[in-house]
Amino acid sequence: MKNDAFISIRNVNKYFGSFQAIDNVNMDIGEGEFFSLLGASGCGKTTLLRMLAGFESTSDGEILIDGQPSADVPPHHRPVNMVFQSYAIFPHLNVADNIAYGLRKHKLSKPQKQEMVDEMLELIKLPGYGKRKANELSGGQRQRIALARALILKPKVLLLDEPLGALDKQLREQMQLELRALQRQVGITFVFVTHDQEEALTLSDRIAVMSGGKVLQVDTPEGLYEAPKTREVASFIGNMNFFQGTVRRNGSSEAAIETQGLGSIPISLEKVTKPDGAPVQVALRPEKFELLEEEPTGGHFVSAKMDKTAYLGERSHYYVTLDGKSEPVAVSSTNQFVARDDDRWKEGEPVWLSWSPEAVVVLDAD
Amino acid sequence: MSARGDTGTYIKRPNRPLQIYAVIFLIVLYVPVLFIPMFSFNDSIYVRFPLQGFTLQWYAELWSRDAVWAALFNSVKVGAVVAAISTILGVVAARAITRYRIPGKSALVTFIMMPLVIPGIIFGVALLVLLSRMGVPLSLYTVTLGHLIVCLPFAVATLLPRFEGFDPSMEEASADLGENGWWTFWRVTFPMVFPGVVASLLLTFTISFDEFIMAFFLTGTDATLPMYIWGQLRFPQEFPSVLALSSLILFISFILVFIAQRVGRMGLEDA
Repeated sequence: MKNDAFISIRNVNKYFGSFQAIDNVNMDIGEGEFFSLLGASGCGKTTLLRMLAGFESTSDGEILIDGQPSADVPPHHRPVNMVFQSYAIFPHLNVADNIAYGLRKHKLSKPQKQEMVDEMLELIKLPGYGKRKANELSGGQRQRIALARALILKPKVLLLDEPLGALDKQLREQMQLELRALQRQVGITFVFVTHDQEEALTLSDRIAVMSGGKVLQVDTPEGLYEAPKTREVASFIGNMNFFQGTVRRNGSSEAAIETQGLGSIPISLEKVTKPDGAPVQVALRPEKFELLEEEPTGGHFVSAKMDKTAYLGERSHYYVTLDGKSEPVAVSSTNQFVARDDDRWKEGEPVWLSWSPEAVVVLDAD
Repeated sequence: MSARGDTGTYIKRPNRPLQIYAVIFLIVLYVPVLFIPMFSFNDSIYVRFPLQGFTLQWYAELWSRDAVWAALFNSVKVGAVVAAISTILGVVAARAITRYRIPGKSALVTFIMMPLVIPGIIFGVALLVLLSRMGVPLSLYTVTLGHLIVCLPFAVATLLPRFEGFDPSMEEASADLGENGWWTFWRVTFPMVFPGVVASLLLTFTISFDEFIMAFFLTGTDATLPMYIWGQLRFPQEFPSVLALSSLILFISFILVFIAQRVGRMGLEDA
């Protein structure tokens, strides 16, 4: 772990009665990082965020923000600000008063305040909206006002609780890009809660995958996708095919894994730490397979039968069946060379599956 | 597609029997009451048909009577104090009920609402017994106490929907933006429930102003307006003035409750 962590979460537990919402979480978040907490609903990600904001106490363990222990600091004294899932725009105030809400204690003159608010409206691309009432705003506008209201206080950390969840797909994608650009522009640490894995992959520098109150893995988007550490993480992020296998070592520089369905796969020794004969799982993403009409002359391949096909425009999804594996294998490929109906794979057709051993992920057996 | 103005939708279809029922209901409810203002303008001390002619004599007589003014001020004083206290208690209670995890919350709400269904005479007698046991002399203070019991459920019932329709993250957002509990209350909570507070003030004032049973048991020497009316019923020649006074109370109560209803719902529909 780095020593220059901006937020340090140390052995944190949280109980609601007998229910354990947070289970011994340890995490460091760096300064200026876009950090996401990703998980299904009820995994504890929002509870963890609310602990950073000060709305929930820790049952034990400690949270350091900018080196300061935060346990006894109430929400209104923390150097963090939050964008709520419901945005919580004050309905009795206009846009400018909403944005300037937190400035009361700063003892600024009216023109100074006005200038800061105008700057913020510029930043969120809503100039001239200051006099609008809260109920005249669309969802996307509310979301931006909530951002401006938090950012005007120049927090050290901005907490975002599923801020894009209430927006429709197109607006959400646009806001993702804007949010990422905004974070780079202001350089503030963002802690972002989401259940949408695609959103987390798009936005984040690093992601913590959570489940049942535990942090399963903290990694970069590429790290999580290409090298998941557990089956749970592998199947939560994207699609994954799993194959049962057994480690085979013969003392040379390469080991191999004998798999059900894919045959023997050579694996570099650094990927396998288990002894000879140990059961493992081999995981391969659907897009790491290549579908071929004819038997390839080299590399790793296996013969299969096309079971189901689904045409999605840009790409197609296939399920193929292999000898020695009961559940079908998902394969995804781009439609770069598909122009007519005839070019597509037919169900029941024999095919060849080819893959590269580098794409293989080795996981512990269940 | 909008269902507004469209008679085809199932729910919005006009229902003739229901309309007739509503009209009859309102007639039965309010026609007897309308006799009071009608006879208050009648130029006769006897309440009977045929009407004798239009006069404002009874209203003029009221104007010049000191006891009426005294009773009016007593009622206003009690009403104002009761409205203020029951609304403050109502705000506290409604906030606690909606914000905190209280064991036995629904039982608590039932208890707060109980005076709505318990006959006033029971509370009146009970308070009278209690106060006289404790040696507390009857006065406008004891009337105020009695009225608080009657009015608190109305205050809570008016304020609860305001607090229930209030996103708790509003208060969290205020705390997050640097305000402590005190400032959060005045800058966010209070402005958001303000229409409910106004409605509660108007409603509880009206109820206290019109209340008779509690006042009957708990009044000392200073009469409230309904007590004054009750006292005047013994004198037949005073009856038209009583009608005039009743008409005024009726009119003011109607206006206050009407405003309270309108204000209380303000901003709830589009929230």
